[in-house]
Amino acid sequence: MNAHVDQDAARTGATRRELVVGTALVSGALLVGCGPADLLSVGAKTEVGAFGPFIRIAADGAVTVFNKHIEFGQGTHAGLAAIVAEELDADWSRVSVEQAPANAKLYANTLIGVQGTGGSTAIPNSWMQLRKAGAAARAMFTGAAAAAWKVPEAEITVKDGVVSHTASGKSAGFGELLEAASEIAPPEEPKLKSHADFTLIGTDRVRRKDSRAKSTGEARYTQDVKMEGLLTAVVAHAPRFGAKVSGFDDAEARKVAGVVDVIEIPTGVAVVARSTWAALQGRNALKVTWDESKAEPLGSAEIEAKYAEWAAGKGALPDKLKWETFETRGDAAAGGEGEVFEATYDFPFLAHATMEPMNCVAQVGGQGGTRLTVASQSPTMDQLNTARIAMTLPGSVQIENLFAGGSFGRRANFQSDFVAECVHIAKKVGKGTPVKLVWTREDDMMAGYFRPLTHHRLKVRLDKDGFPAAWTHRVVTQSLMKGSPMAPKGIDSSTVEGAMGSPYLKATPAVDGQVLMPELGIPVLWWRAVGSTHTAFVMEHTIDQLARKAGKDPVAYRLALFEKAGASRHIAVLKLAAEKAGWDKPAPAGVTRGVAVHESFGSVVAQIAEVRIVDGVPKVGRVVSAIDCGTAISPDQIAAQVEGGTCYGLSATLHDEMVVKAGAVERQNFDTYPVLRNSEAPTVETHILPSTNPPSGVGEPGTPVIGPAVANAVLAATGKATFRLPMIRA
Amino acid sequence: MATSLEINGRRVQVEAAPDTPLLWVLRDEAGLTGSKYGCGVGQCGACTVLADGAPVRSCSLPVSALAGIKITTIEGLGGTHPVQEAWMRLDVPQCGYCQSGQIMSAVALLAGNANPTDADIDAAMDGNICRCGAYQRIRAAIREAAAQSRA
Ligand code: FES
Ligand code: FES
Repeated sequence: MNAHVDQDAARTGATRRELVVGTALVSGALLVGCGPADLLSVGAKTEVGAFGPFIRIAADGAVTVFNKHIEFGQGTHAGLAAIVAEELDADWSRVSVEQAPANAKLYANTLIGVQGTGGSTAIPNSWMQLRKAGAAARAMFTGAAAAAWKVPEAEITVKDGVVSHTASGKSAGFGELLEAASEIAPPEEPKLKSHADFTLIGTDRVRRKDSRAKSTGEARYTQDVKMEGLLTAVVAHAPRFGAKVSGFDDAEARKVAGVVDVIEIPTGVAVVARSTWAALQGRNALKVTWDESKAEPLGSAEIEAKYAEWAAGKGALPDKLKWETFETRGDAAAGGEGEVFEATYDFPFLAHATMEPMNCVAQVGGQGGTRLTVASQSPTMDQLNTARIAMTLPGSVQIENLFAGGSFGRRANFQSDFVAECVHIAKKVGKGTPVKLVWTREDDMMAGYFRPLTHHRLKVRLDKDGFPAAWTHRVVTQSLMKGSPMAPKGIDSSTVEGAMGSPYLKATPAVDGQVLMPELGIPVLWWRAVGSTHTAFVMEHTIDQLARKAGKDPVAYRLALFEKAGASRHIAVLKLAAEKAGWDKPAPAGVTRGVAVHESFGSVVAQIAEVRIVDGVPKVGRVVSAIDCGTAISPDQIAAQVEGGTCYGLSATLHDEMVVKAGAVERQNFDTYPVLRNSEAPTVETHILPSTNPPSGVGEPGTPVIGPAVANAVLAATGKATFRLPMIRA
Repeated sequence: MATSLEINGRRVQVEAAPDTPLLWVLRDEAGLTGSKYGCGVGQCGACTVLADGAPVRSCSLPVSALAGIKITTIEGLGGTHPVQEAWMRLDVPQCGYCQSGQIMSAVALLAGNANPTDADIDAAMDGNICRCGAYQRIRAAIREAAAQSRA
């Protein structure tokens, strides 16, 4: 490795120290929380304009906000720009958004420490940062105007990009004051508005900035990148997880018109061509033999059976695998008078199945340095993984960030899997030639990184009033964080979040919650709402069954438990949803209602779903939602996220199920992996709880609630509980 | 082998082999990247274009089958079609990747049915997947565009 470093030093002209730092990072020494942003931006260009890294103002007064986050549908373009525009008092119609470049120092997520989007933090981590940026820029304009007009700065007002002094009748646009304002030093702690003074935030004026581009075909995604000399690559991937190339015959592939090269890379064999179709034809003609000696032997059915055995305390655990406690209080095993409820729940592997399959454009070895043109959810991670392959400084890897056709967690990958694959190919092609890696739907599904298959086992003893007295909870699921740069010291809470810390457990005198995290050769990853995708279902569906046992109304039963737990935000959203849904009035004929409440990513969502059973299958009609997400920046986009999140969760409730057999992905396209379609999509009403708390997550909290709400409605209709998802098995 | 196609009212000569799906010809040769690849097997609708006004999945249509047929893509709508305007007014798109296909299906629906019922909308739109789950706004925008066109 050192030899490489020295060659690299010669090529890049980097100093020895920079390279030592860079190599330490490249070799995985990244520790989140110890200020990696400085180290990771070694080699990066860092000039910023007069108004800082987030704001550019043009001579005509138009404002551009730089978005350090990805825009993959969740509306960062609108929300982040609105925060700046509010404090700057800009003219919202003249604010546009550009993607920021990759730069860990300038654009780190303030909650993660490096540049990246995840955990529904785009707005929460930017809230104070962008308010300050906007307010500082505003102060520069008022300062410039005060000096120019020789009036007290305190008397100056700003509205819609116009700076005014009423007494003297003077006014000027941002453009006219631009030069003078640029000379003013921005205040360190600019004065921020109070909520009462907001004129944009929280109004229906905060709408998407990208709807035109996305309604005309002009929006640019990775799949759409055009460049001089661009080559397209497709890769023949292993048929099973863990299989490796043992040999290949490319004679026929090379005969396909348009194919320019066939290259072996660590993840398979790449066919590089002048067009997508030629690359695909080349791959069809390619013969690859695979070494399957280290391939994953298990499939979904065996894994599920093993998990159930382990949770039931049967069968020996593999070496080094042990139960870890996530919540404990009192003696949950002690006997008692009350009724006992026991259940197991099973959840399958899930593919993210983003509408745009994964893809990437990379250039390595040319005059322009190492460049990615890609929708990057974790620019810092992608820089790091790219640098490791291209042997350069992470900070010097340039990323032009594009719109993503969805992610739902898929693009935030510790290995940067599809990016890394593209960089390997681009490195072999060399000379800075742009290479676009195209994954077909089948490649995308076969790559794995699924929501882990998960098993829950519960035993709940009730007290004489029918409330939980003792709660024993076992969860078996793969860890998402083990072995990653973000691996936590204690348990990986992403596996149990939503059960851990649940108000229902808080309200229960004795709790014994444990998780088992086995390792498998099937790669797993966060999937919109992560642990809550299964914990919310288990907790909320269990609670409804307990309420029935106790002979209590599901809403009243929950309110009583939330009271005991002091969960005031849960109470508020549940009451709001119940009121808006008319819970105390009878449902329409043939309809039953189900309720669920869940906190995730700092926000609490209650939903009441109206369900009709049609041909034995639940048809979801109206869904009334109430959300407490702190300060609402864009009510319309919060509603959009709740609508979309509900559909994503409902898809998993009704249909989504990835099946693995002997380490091979069985379902590779939408014909065998059905997802929610228009005719099944509910009509979601979203009610936002008024709040002046800082904003909390919105992209994910809408997803986990619908499943249990629907299962609870089905329970009310049929008396049957749901112990396995999806409800409709293909 | 050169094939002559009529795309968005213009004659275009393409070099692609006759079995090449229209989608890849549009994207890689004609430079029209508004139509998207989502599945390649006619399941998702992201690649939907109009062939003589009818919605077709361009990923599954070889160019050789298209002689004499007028192709319209999202780019051919010009950005001012009532369906596009309704889409923008209601902020239908999230990630946006499915939306060209959704819009083309909706345009075809409304061209043949100025006042679609909910069942008509379901039937016309069920071939278009939206993983972001913008379905509710898609339905609302279709109703709004229909009302606008009737007014
Ligand atoms: S890409 Fe044509 S239907 Fe999916
Ligand atoms: S808007 Fe993202 S898939 Fe439809």
